Amino acid sequence: MTAPTTTAPAQDGPGDDRAPGADGDPFDRDVLPTPPGATAALLRSLLAPMRARVAVTTLLLLLQQAALQAGPLLVAYAIDHAVPALRDGDRAPLIAVGAGYLLCSAAGGALQYAFVRAAARVNQDVLLDLRGRIFRHAQALSVDFHERYTSGRLISRATTDVESLRELLSEGLQELVTVVLSFVSISAMLLWLDLGLGAVAVASFGPLYALVRSYRRRAGRVYRKRSTAIAAVIVKFVETMNGIRPVRAFRREAANDAGFAVLNRRHERTNGDALLEMARYVTGSRLVANTAVAGIVLWGAQRVADGTLALGVLAAAVLYLRRLYDPIDRLGMFLNSYQSAAASLEKIAGLLAQTPSVPEPAAPKELPPTASEHPGREVVFEGVSFAYRTGGEVLPRFDLTIPAGQTVAVVGSTGAGKSTLAKLLARFYDPTRGRVLLDGTDLRDLAVPELRRGVVMVTQEAFLFSGTVAENIALGRPEATRQEIERAAKAIGAHDFIGALPDGYDTDVRKRGGRISAGQRQLVAFARALLADPAVLILDEATSSLDVPGERAVQRAMATVLHGRTAVVIAHRLSTVEIADRVLVMEDGRIVEDGSPAELIAGTGRFADLHRAWRDSLA
Amino acid sequence: MTTTPAAASAPAQDRSAVRTLLRLWPYVRPVRARLFTAAFVAIVASCVGLVIPLVLKWMVDGPVADRDPAGVWLGALYLLLLGCAEALLFGLRRWLVARPLSGVEAAMRADLYRHLQRLPVAFHDRWPSGQLLSRGTTDLMLLRMFLAFPLTFLLVNGVTIVVGVVIMLVQDWTLGLVVLGPAVPMIVTCAVFERRYSEVARRAQDQVGDLTTVVEESVLGIRIIKGFGRHRSQARAFRELSRRLRGTELRKARLLAAIWAVIVTLPELAIGAALVVGAVRVADGALSAGTLVAFLSTALALRWPVESIGFLLAMSQEAATATQRYFEVMDERVETPGPDVPGDRAHGPEARGPKARGPETRGAAARGPEARGDGGGTGRGGTADGLRFENVRFRYPDADPGSPPVLDGIDLHIRSGESMALVGATGSGKTTLTALVPRLHEITGGRITLDGRDIAELPREELRAMVSVAFEEPTLFSASVAENVLMGAGDTADEARLRRALAVASAEFVHALPRGTDTQVGEQGLSLSGGQRQRLALARAVVGRPRFLVLDDPLSALDVHTEAAVEAALRRVLADTTALIVAHRPSTVLLADRVALLSGGRITAVGTHQELLRTNAEYAHLMSGAGEDDDR
Repeated sequence: MTAPTTTAPAQDGPGDDRAPGADGDPFDRDVLPTPPGATAALLRSLLAPMRARVAVTTLLLLLQQAALQAGPLLVAYAIDHAVPALRDGDRAPLIAVGAGYLLCSAAGGALQYAFVRAAARVNQDVLLDLRGRIFRHAQALSVDFHERYTSGRLISRATTDVESLRELLSEGLQELVTVVLSFVSISAMLLWLDLGLGAVAVASFGPLYALVRSYRRRAGRVYRKRSTAIAAVIVKFVETMNGIRPVRAFRREAANDAGFAVLNRRHERTNGDALLEMARYVTGSRLVANTAVAGIVLWGAQRVADGTLALGVLAAAVLYLRRLYDPIDRLGMFLNSYQSAAASLEKIAGLLAQTPSVPEPAAPKELPPTASEHPGREVVFEGVSFAYRTGGEVLPRFDLTIPAGQTVAVVGSTGAGKSTLAKLLARFYDPTRGRVLLDGTDLRDLAVPELRRGVVMVTQEAFLFSGTVAENIALGRPEATRQEIERAAKAIGAHDFIGALPDGYDTDVRKRGGRISAGQRQLVAFARALLADPAVLILDEATSSLDVPGERAVQRAMATVLHGRTAVVIAHRLSTVEIADRVLVMEDGRIVEDGSPAELIAGTGRFADLHRAWRDSLA
Repeated sequence: MTTTPAAASAPAQDRSAVRTLLRLWPYVRPVRARLFTAAFVAIVASCVGLVIPLVLKWMVDGPVADRDPAGVWLGALYLLLLGCAEALLFGLRRWLVARPLSGVEAAMRADLYRHLQRLPVAFHDRWPSGQLLSRGTTDLMLLRMFLAFPLTFLLVNGVTIVVGVVIMLVQDWTLGLVVLGPAVPMIVTCAVFERRYSEVARRAQDQVGDLTTVVEESVLGIRIIKGFGRHRSQARAFRELSRRLRGTELRKARLLAAIWAVIVTLPELAIGAALVVGAVRVADGALSAGTLVAFLSTALALRWPVESIGFLLAMSQEAATATQRYFEVMDERVETPGPDVPGDRAHGPEARGPKARGPETRGAAARGPEARGDGGGTGRGGTADGLRFENVRFRYPDADPGSPPVLDGIDLHIRSGESMALVGATGSGKTTLTALVPRLHEITGGRITLDGRDIAELPREELRAMVSVAFEEPTLFSASVAENVLMGAGDTADEARLRRALAVASAEFVHALPRGTDTQVGEQGLSLSGGQRQRLALARAVVGRPRFLVLDDPLSALDVHTEAAVEAALRRVLADTTALIVAHRPSTVLLADRVALLSGGRITAVGTHQELLRTNAEYAHLMSGAGEDDDR
């Protein structure tokens, strides 16, 4: 967001309407449409499984508060009864007061301990659930979603947004229960002590409620902005750190600093706004509370003077009053974390509401056993056409049958639709119209594990995950043994370089000496694919960074590995074609030539032309 | 899976929380006036809160007992005034710190970002960016919260407690001593707790960083995960980590629960004792009922400050570990901006000093001054000597010192205007060698000169302006096509250059994009194919017409036709540019005038493509895959 695409409204105002589609793509503004009520539903569904434990936790807190609330009552009793009784030589009431106090404090402490632990368990389980949901959902969403949502935002959802819920749960919920409890119990106590005084105290809740409402509304707006702002900061941060080499080489540091400063300042401003809202609330609520205290004391004192109120009762009432308003600040803190969490939950709910454009089947089917002893399967594109949601590259309607065991090379210039064809076969996308069949079964009817036993795709971006080289290869088949992993690496010619790494297969790719070149990464990616042992293997420009011997080695390996397997190989290096049984030439989304390599080379079409150019380039 | 690389080697673990937190001072300094005023205001507000019970006492003992209506009104008025004062002071405190503290957070984040951008590339190789990110987000939020709340309130509550205790002692010293009873055991508990809590807090924060890393990788590697249908096992790994985090958080909660229990129980017991003793003394007539009410009211008013100490300390501990994590990164030495002349603009005092480790690294720079003298001035006045590697050795700074260097005595001279292809087996160090020229990594020994000037003596800015690079991994940033390409042009960016650069890279496809060269690309924009990105990266490298060009396998993702077109255009650019081109294929090699073969960390042969094909078996093998085949 270097360009000022979203000039956020500078002040609070009606500019914050989040109506989706109002101006363009909701992805641009980090506001995915959230169905009404989704946020509340999300929170409910998170808490629902813990209903019993939440109840127990609340009960513990109730008891704990009850134990602590008994204090002033005991004070009142001590002054009004125990002291006169003591004057009369009766120690029993005072001993009772002492014992009661001892009991209450011990119980209060024990209950506090139990409560904190129980609450923590509930919180952590909710967070575990939510983190898992975000992660699983993000993983289930299709590639086109990820291409638009950006990794930074997703990270922000799973970290800072979850963090704000953590704050709400770990502090907020306790605050809320304490606050409600104190309000209710102290009001009841006051009403019981003296109906009139109690009524005045309860009446003061009116203005407090109004304050709370206005604060909620205003803070909600601020926090929503803040959540968007921090996500933008994260996006920029992640992008810079992942592209640190070009940042350095092209001296982008200063420009980046400036760009980051804008985003950072936007976050700073919303952050400050949020804190100021809190300041406003605290001042207002304290004013109301303290005025009420003064009023009640005035009235109570006059009634004591009249003799209609006992001194002890007034003393107790005053002690309770101080306590009644103590939690106002804590209510503020709760509202604070609640608004912050609500804004975050809204974003999370928006993410969770995204349906995968490549959904898992409701009633998955199994692939039939392969016809021959070979693992390959037949692939059929039946009346398939494809258009990107954004209206980008398009494949017009086409039919294509790849018999089991055939190796097909797909060639054509950039943007001809080769990768789209591959992605349809790998089910990264679903066709807009038509079906892709694997041995007669629609890909859409296959559950993921079944699908990936059927089709595996190796792309040119050979990303390595944190962990060891072996772990990275094992991604192809997690249950593989070390021997199988090494066999796959040997088959592809990666064994030698892996053996030369400091810890061999156990070298951590991020740690000491674990630097792995682009070509080597591609070899690891190949080994991964080999290990997966699929019926259909798709290679999308998977050898682009290999040198000639490396590519040769891969091809030799492929010749044996692909034997009997169905394969679709996309390559601009026509050397790959040598292992293909059939060549498809694509142009503007259409298959313009289709035949065996020999046929096409002998002909006068585009492939013959390409092949000649390639021969020349080998010089 | 991963942890902070530095965590293993953190010797300063037992450094006290206070000492750690003091390191925040430079950031707090600019807002110190506001912060201190706010703390003062908070203390006053709390004291006002403490005075209120005294007014109550005065009312109960005086006007109420004497049935004096005027006195009652006066007392109520005092109460009202004090109440209003308290409310306004509370608000004032928050208002005072709201903006400054978000400012501190932002300043720290900006500094972190600035610092990270300038840390050596080797640092970034080691640190997962999730760990860096969690420092820039959750850790800094913790710090802001610490400055806003625990810092002030540890002080305020401390003062409140002291004042409250004094008030109680003045009212009645026996009762006061009774209430003070539990102070010692509480302090001991807090001290024990502080130590144990800090360990657990640190672990939790590191685990958050690990979690962030997994999330990030799972998004960046989404196509691989999808391609292999591995999202379940990925989710399992994530769950494993988040479970571990949950375990740590629960341990934290256990510690916290224990401290809370102590902090709640002990003072409450003391108040109970005071009540009993007080009641006895009231019965004896040694104490007025009003005093007892006021005393207990004060004691109860202190309950919250005392209880709060528990979680304030917990938050401070977390803030201390967050600070530690933050400075772990900030203490890493940034690249020096240029030749190590004292007084140049450096990013902080530590950036200027000579590096403690790696004396070899500085070997070249140590010769700085005199070499600079004969190397000619700045600008294009230097001798047109081209690019020269002299006995260049390189070992990654984090590699085992006993391991063989990646590059071991590279001698290579690329004449001015000449282009040299660099060929070598996969993993032979070609990319590493190219990274040394713009000083993305520092050579361990030997020297590299550009037109006779040692690169160690050039300001980095100038060096990197002279040398333009197209990386193997063509990264585009979230910006328009034009901005992405013109990034390489420095101040000379204009429309004509952009068009020419796009033409050289055969990247005319951009004109067919929805908004032409204004189309947003990169992570937040249109996703382009590998070949398209590679061509834009190439355009970026040539747009500034650099004198030195480093191209790392620049045509790998291009199809044959595009490759031919790019080659033709690139040849014209290369005609008067000194270039080093990493090549995997004959077609790329043919762009260059000569070829150097990199093998076993040395340049083993230099010559034309044809010469080497004839005379060098290894080269022939690399270029055609023939020859050595049987040895493999």
